[in-house]
Amino acid sequence: MAYSEKVIDHYENPRNVGAFAKDDPTVATGMVGAPACGDVMKLQIKVNEQGIIEDAKFKTYGCGSAIASSSLVTEWVKGKSLDEAAQIKNTDIAQELALPPVKIHCSILAEDAIKAAIADYKTRHGS
Amino acid sequence: MKLPIYLDYAATTPVDPRVAEKMMQYLTMDGDFGNPASRSHRFGWQAEEAVEIARSHIAELVNADPREIVFTSGATESNNLAIKGAAQFYHKKGKHLITCKTEHKAVLDTMRALEREGYEVTYLDVESNGLVDLAKLEAAMRPDTTVVSIMMVNNETGVVQDVAAIGELCRAKGIIFHVDAAQAAGKVEIDLQTLKIDLMSFSAHKIYGPKGIGALYVRRKPRIRLEAQTHGGGHERGMRSGTLPTHQIVGMGEAFRIAKLEMAAENERFAKLRQRLWDGIQDIEQVFLNGDATHRVPGITNISFNYVEGESLIMALKDIAVSSGSACTSASLEPSYVLRALGLSDELAHSSIRFSIGRFTTEEQIDHTIKIVHEAIEKLRAMSPLWDMYKDGIDLNTVAWVAH
Repeated sequence: MAYSEKVIDHYENPRNVGAFAKDDPTVATGMVGAPACGDVMKLQIKVNEQGIIEDAKFKTYGCGSAIASSSLVTEWVKGKSLDEAAQIKNTDIAQELALPPVKIHCSILAEDAIKAAIADYKTRHGS
Repeated sequence: MKLPIYLDYAATTPVDPRVAEKMMQYLTMDGDFGNPASRSHRFGWQAEEAVEIARSHIAELVNADPREIVFTSGATESNNLAIKGAAQFYHKKGKHLITCKTEHKAVLDTMRALEREGYEVTYLDVESNGLVDLAKLEAAMRPDTTVVSIMMVNNETGVVQDVAAIGELCRAKGIIFHVDAAQAAGKVEIDLQTLKIDLMSFSAHKIYGPKGIGALYVRRKPRIRLEAQTHGGGHERGMRSGTLPTHQIVGMGEAFRIAKLEMAAENERFAKLRQRLWDGIQDIEQVFLNGDATHRVPGITNISFNYVEGESLIMALKDIAVSSGSACTSASLEPSYVLRALGLSDELAHSSIRFSIGRFTTEEQIDHTIKIVHEAIEKLRAMSPLWDMYKDGIDLNTVAWVAH
């Protein structure tokens, strides 16, 4: 399969791979996907007192497009408020990475991961 | 070292330079370009002689009579001709056929086509080591069974079926036994004087011959008859019409002649290379060898890497040309049906890699492959949330995944 240069760049040099300490109260985690479907994304965000996402990390089991999509969103969410981050659309991700039609589900999964992380943060902080 | 390293000899092999040189003598005005069917001049006679010498080389590799060899365009056509040809010729005896789930698509899809013509097909399960259980095969045989088709060497796992025992079983019941030997010829000993095999398919390009040429062995004693699938000038004793491609046939003949001479030494060398590869990889955690550990050819090694995804693995292994257990280049992410038939989970089937070594594989290439595989697995597992969960002792089967 011919991947775009951007996908290959994110795959070869993934940004923000890793994990935060689970017990850190400023951290929230979103995990989406299923192994049997071929992709699982775990996105973690670190949110400061002003409600701004200060840092983000990911781990992904999946194809090159899934890895690139999650790498990209860790860059995009940084510096955004939770509400702003929630506005990130899968179509933006797909466009930025020039994903072929069969890989659109990777961008959808990345959007879901952001939403899941935000929901986790809100649950933890009771809002 | 030249990259990428070719480790996909089970897909196809390069033509041996000795074969290519021979083939070139049968193409141009200066060479023997004639039509082997031309009986009225020496151009035809010389081409015919070359074809017959090639035919005997092919027969010699498998200890058959040259008159039992029918040229086709490749193993796919041979499989079609054998199965459809026998099923149709003997349809008055019955319309039941038996094969197994790990066969090549050229057999499985041929069976499907016959089902549409009103035939009934039993697709046998294989055991977790990839082998057909003889008792289950015998139990599937019926009075109206006409053809059993079981491959000798599996193309994905390299597992070798016990075709000798299956042949005895078929002969005792008067059932025609067809064997797809595309991956077997030149890799394992085949003696058709002792084996009770009635039809056997061969390919040239799996053993350093050219693509586009193959053969079907059709037993003479007891005589097996076939309904022709390609009609025309009545070439190949009416079983397969079409002008014989002299240069292709000469290439196949030369490839089979070389295989007979070099097979034993080559297998010894492949066995060492395979061991070297496996020794270098098996120390990685959570890797699994697919298929029976002893009943297999030395050229093919199929390994699953747990907690890494197949397509990203192929991307990470871009400097080695290998084959993946998941057909991820197509629109759908289909795990290999062969590995699924062995009972592998979708995840393990997806993350499997077939390494197939051949005539031009070197120790240096194997060592470099081991290094690349280690780096790829390390990189992908460092990125894999599933690997973390495994390391934390979480059973992934107990997690409530949200399928998408």
